[in-house]
Amino acid sequence: MRNLLHAEWTKLRTLPGWIFAMIAAAGAMLALGLLPGLQGSCGTQGPQSQCVAAVGPDGLEVSDSFTFVHQAMTGDGTITARVSQMTGQRLGPDGEQDAMAPWAKAGLIVKDGTAAGSAYAAVMVTGAHGVRMQHNYLYDKAGPAGQVTQTQPRWLRLTRSGDTITGQSSPDGVTWNTVATVPLKHLPPTVLIGMFVTSPQYAEAMNESLGAVGASGGPTKATATFDHLDRTGPWSEQRLGGSTNFEVPGVGFEPTDTGFTITGSGDIAPAVAGPAGAGVSITETLVGTFAALIFVVVIGVGYITGEYRHGMIRMTLAATPRRGRVLAAKAAVLGATVFTLGLAVAAIVVIFGQKVLRGNGVYVLPATGATQLRVIAGTAALLSVASVLALGWGALLRRSATAVTAAVLTIVLPYLLAMTVLPAGAAQWLLRISPAAAFALQQSTPQYYQVANLYLPNSGYYPLPGWAGLAVLAAWTAAVLGLAAHRLHRRDA
Amino acid sequence: MRQLHAEWTKLRTSPGTKWLLAGIIAATVALSALACAAIVCRASDCGQDPVKLSLTGTLLGQAVVAILAVLAVGGEYSTGLARVTYTAMPRRLGVLAAKAAVVTAAVVAAAAVAVPISMLAGHALLPAQSFTPPASAVLRAGAGTVLYLGLIALLSLGLATAMRSSAAAIGTVLGLLFVIPILTQAVSDPAWQRHLEQSAPMSAGLAIQATRDLQDLPLSPWAGLGVLALWAAGALGLGAWTLLGRDV
Repeated sequence: MRNLLHAEWTKLRTLPGWIFAMIAAAGAMLALGLLPGLQGSCGTQGPQSQCVAAVGPDGLEVSDSFTFVHQAMTGDGTITARVSQMTGQRLGPDGEQDAMAPWAKAGLIVKDGTAAGSAYAAVMVTGAHGVRMQHNYLYDKAGPAGQVTQTQPRWLRLTRSGDTITGQSSPDGVTWNTVATVPLKHLPPTVLIGMFVTSPQYAEAMNESLGAVGASGGPTKATATFDHLDRTGPWSEQRLGGSTNFEVPGVGFEPTDTGFTITGSGDIAPAVAGPAGAGVSITETLVGTFAALIFVVVIGVGYITGEYRHGMIRMTLAATPRRGRVLAAKAAVLGATVFTLGLAVAAIVVIFGQKVLRGNGVYVLPATGATQLRVIAGTAALLSVASVLALGWGALLRRSATAVTAAVLTIVLPYLLAMTVLPAGAAQWLLRISPAAAFALQQSTPQYYQVANLYLPNSGYYPLPGWAGLAVLAAWTAAVLGLAAHRLHRRDA
Repeated sequence: MRQLHAEWTKLRTSPGTKWLLAGIIAATVALSALACAAIVCRASDCGQDPVKLSLTGTLLGQAVVAILAVLAVGGEYSTGLARVTYTAMPRRLGVLAAKAAVVTAAVVAAAAVAVPISMLAGHALLPAQSFTPPASAVLRAGAGTVLYLGLIALLSLGLATAMRSSAAAIGTVLGLLFVIPILTQAVSDPAWQRHLEQSAPMSAGLAIQATRDLQDLPLSPWAGLGVLALWAAGALGLGAWTLLGRDV
């Protein structure tokens, strides 16, 4: 096997034009990633124009916008209140209409100050997802289901004990049910504690038939009545977060005989990229992958069809009569070479491309180190497996023009169709079954079930997780290589 | 004339030709019909140009056209037939012209079958009240699509003559056609995006299929087809130049 690998490496190395094609593939990725035409306005017009986004404790961008009625609390302590009513409105182009956002939130919160993105833990009732305990933007735990109505109020309690926060709920204020106990590291001795209300943006597709999404959306607001408070004043009210929470009419708070009525708009959640999302993700730096893909496909196909053209295949098969092993050795050598090259280029592009974009004043959504690593390794894997798929098409079809087209059409065309002409449903279906599913490896913005958004391919959300997308591409490759091996056995060379 | 006859014989007897011509028709019609069947229409509006939608299959059909054209040249080089050809007919440009004429004629004939079937399928699958563009625009879109596929054949033929390797030539053609639109989507500057749409062979050429919102197009339908014609002429010029300046 070692000799075979060495022989195949020598053939790849001496393939006419292969160095040119590899350099061109790397060059296309580097050029498109490092010299982007994107220009932004962040920080280019003086310090006032800095794009400051709230970044949560995990280093990801977050929304931190809500109406907060609070007081300071030093040391351990508890807050208990009853939410006796909760209503919601949607603010559309034709005025307000009654519609509760499913993820509208009202409840109790303990927070490390009022700075955007600061640590918090909260227990809350939601529009349609029952009682939840959430903390530090990303984490969500479900409690008892059911909406708050006048006949069915909900009691909530939040307890701080050192660095742990416990959220409880009760239907009557007598029997308590612990929703979750969560750790909140590095909390200072004095924190803010109180009540909050918020209600996220809604988004809906204007026309399901359009792949290029026409989305419509707008702010929503929620109003909740709190009573049976166990802490006495004074309370101060603050509207935190973005402009929407100030522009929406009616946001604020009003003391009642027994407590408060609070109205809020916004969200306390991870920020998501979407039709209305600002900034670009790190995936944007990897747009050159498509150009590189064509080059590695041409190399993969030429690696086997060249042997047929020059009659070399007869010598190869005479030297190694076990034909399947020849194909396996070729796949291993090609896959490993492309993976190595892809890894190096993707790493350079992702790391330095972000810097170039930021230097140009483009707001780049922060991504964790693990995500960046996954995107880099995923891009290398995508290119590598795609080149082996191309090798399989070449071995199966034996004519380079047909094989290159088969490989490009099965990988690139489904992506192009999904991004441009196809309706969202068909686009998602295509990105599940075609080899283009592997582009999911490049998705750098996660999808959160607790944030309502249009998670569609053309805003960078794939229907499959990255590993599953790669598995789809690998399955296609295995099938095509298997057919090719079968044909190689059965037919004369 | 002798050259035309020779090229016609080569194309006719090449084993893949009839399958590729059938493939042009099948690919164009199948993807067009699928796109029309997949779309969700609200009452009389599908949110998209119905004529353009019924010709979605051009995206796939053009790839088969490219294979046919690239193989017509590349096949000859890979088997060494090219030497015989140019020994028998030393006027190389005449051979290239004859080959271009024969391949384009075959592609246009296949496209002339595929386009009406696709449009009829679209008419049958889409709600009747959505299919109401003026007849002249429908005719222009249909005839223009046939010409579009013919120009793609010329572009591929020219590049294949210049590169002589089927794999490299088809890679270049598919890159020009499919990768530029993806890169265009990633450009956020609207002015640059428009420039790219005006100059890329596929996005400019397919402007010929639009029958509504013409004022929103990056360039007018016939001007778009003209841009593609310039690309094809450029590729053929490059092919002719390398053909004259190089050993076979």
